[in-house]
Amino acid sequence: MHLSPDEMIFWQYGFITLNGTIVFTWGLMAVLVIGSKLITRRLATGLTRSRWQNLLEIVVTGIETQIAEVGLAQPRTYLPFLGTLFLFVAAATLATIIPGYEPPTGSLSTTTALALCVLVAVPAFGIADQGLAGYLKSYLEPTFLMLPFNIISEVTRTLALAVRLFGNMMSGAMIIAILITITPFLFPILMTVLGLLTGMVQAYIFSILAAVYIAAATRTRTRTPEPEAALPA
Amino acid sequence: MLIDWFTVGAQAINFLVLVWLLKRFLYQPILHAIDERERRIAAELADAAAKQAAAQTERESFEHKNQAFDEQRATLFSQAVDEAKTERQRLLGEARQAADALAAQRAESLRSEAKQLNQAILLRTQHEVFLIARKALSDLAGADLEERMVQRFISRLSAMDVAALSVFADALTTASDPACIRSAFELRESARAALTQAIHSTFGVPPKIRFETTPELLGGIELTANGQKIAWDIADYLASLEQGVGELLNAKGQPAATPATAPASTPAP
Repeated sequence: MHLSPDEMIFWQYGFITLNGTIVFTWGLMAVLVIGSKLITRRLATGLTRSRWQNLLEIVVTGIETQIAEVGLAQPRTYLPFLGTLFLFVAAATLATIIPGYEPPTGSLSTTTALALCVLVAVPAFGIADQGLAGYLKSYLEPTFLMLPFNIISEVTRTLALAVRLFGNMMSGAMIIAILITITPFLFPILMTVLGLLTGMVQAYIFSILAAVYIAAATRTRTRTPEPEAALPA
Repeated sequence: MLIDWFTVGAQAINFLVLVWLLKRFLYQPILHAIDERERRIAAELADAAAKQAAAQTERESFEHKNQAFDEQRATLFSQAVDEAKTERQRLLGEARQAADALAAQRAESLRSEAKQLNQAILLRTQHEVFLIARKALSDLAGADLEERMVQRFISRLSAMDVAALSVFADALTTASDPACIRSAFELRESARAALTQAIHSTFGVPPKIRFETTPELLGGIELTANGQKIAWDIADYLASLEQGVGELLNAKGQPAATPATAPASTPAP
């Protein structure tokens, strides 16, 4: 019984450790990339297309629509980052139905890594969108007194992202493991189904929150001209 | 410790690699395919709209042409009807004229035929009448027709009034040529002698007489001298017969002539 797949050590040399988290992540990456490669190898641009292509189009356009609904004007700019966040977390959750598999998102190391990526990506997108000065100025809004709170907010929300995902995924796996020892029959299956649902919701929440943070960092400039544009000519 | 910082770094790198790989193998191809399809659909829609516009234009053009064609057809039809009517009137007129001409020709032919028939009947009748009269006289009274006719002529001479007698006597005496007695038949010697005797006794002068036979004389005898003429023939008897035959021919010719003119006078449908 592992609290985290980090504890599954396959190979170790000094501080370099090949643990379950990394191995399962590679597995998921291989499935996602090879599956995508196989399906997109022969893409049809006509009116008829394969079912797999249809599935991928639904997924990609669904993610794009969600990003646009959050308020990002150019969803395709953020699609690779946010879409991969969602797909990775969702795939990690869906794979829990495979016996012997432990989701890498159940490791606080993974969720921390993802949260750190978001922590870096938010200012990166913000700076790319409105420049360094414009982005840094957003920390002083509405007044410079809010600067410490804004910085604290940046850090804590990253921590919250990491811990929320880790807690949910880890607790799901733990509950199932405990239930299997107590009631080894139908109840663990129901909890697995519930875990799938929870995992999908967490994947959605994680990626949507990331999108909201990015939107908050990039929206400032686009919002500014609105009152002027609303003035009568 | 729940966080293994090596794992954190490795996972961050893994995630960034996954982002790149999925961008390379998933998002870009899929989005490209979608864009391509949308472009294609837009192009097809634009093409369809252009074709529809062209079809609409063509349809309007065809409708105009159809309308013009209908009008032209109606005009031509009307012209054709008028021409046919005119031609019909012309042909009817010609037919009527031809029928009238034919009827007139036929009536003329009928008249001519009737005239010839009349003439033939007259001659035949004369001939038959002579035959009958001759036979009847011979059978019933043992008399000769020619002799009776000579006697009848002689009795007529004697029945003439005085004025006429003197006029004719002058003619006989002043005539340089001999007087001429014409008859439809050859007179026998006894008859000639009786006639010469009768003329002599009637007019009181010895006549110089020349005898001629003229079949057209309708079975009569006439005496001419210096432009004066005394005659007896059976023309009066035959006149009533001729009139009866003429009425009969007219009655037969009338129904035959009527149908010939009927088609011309019948109004055409």
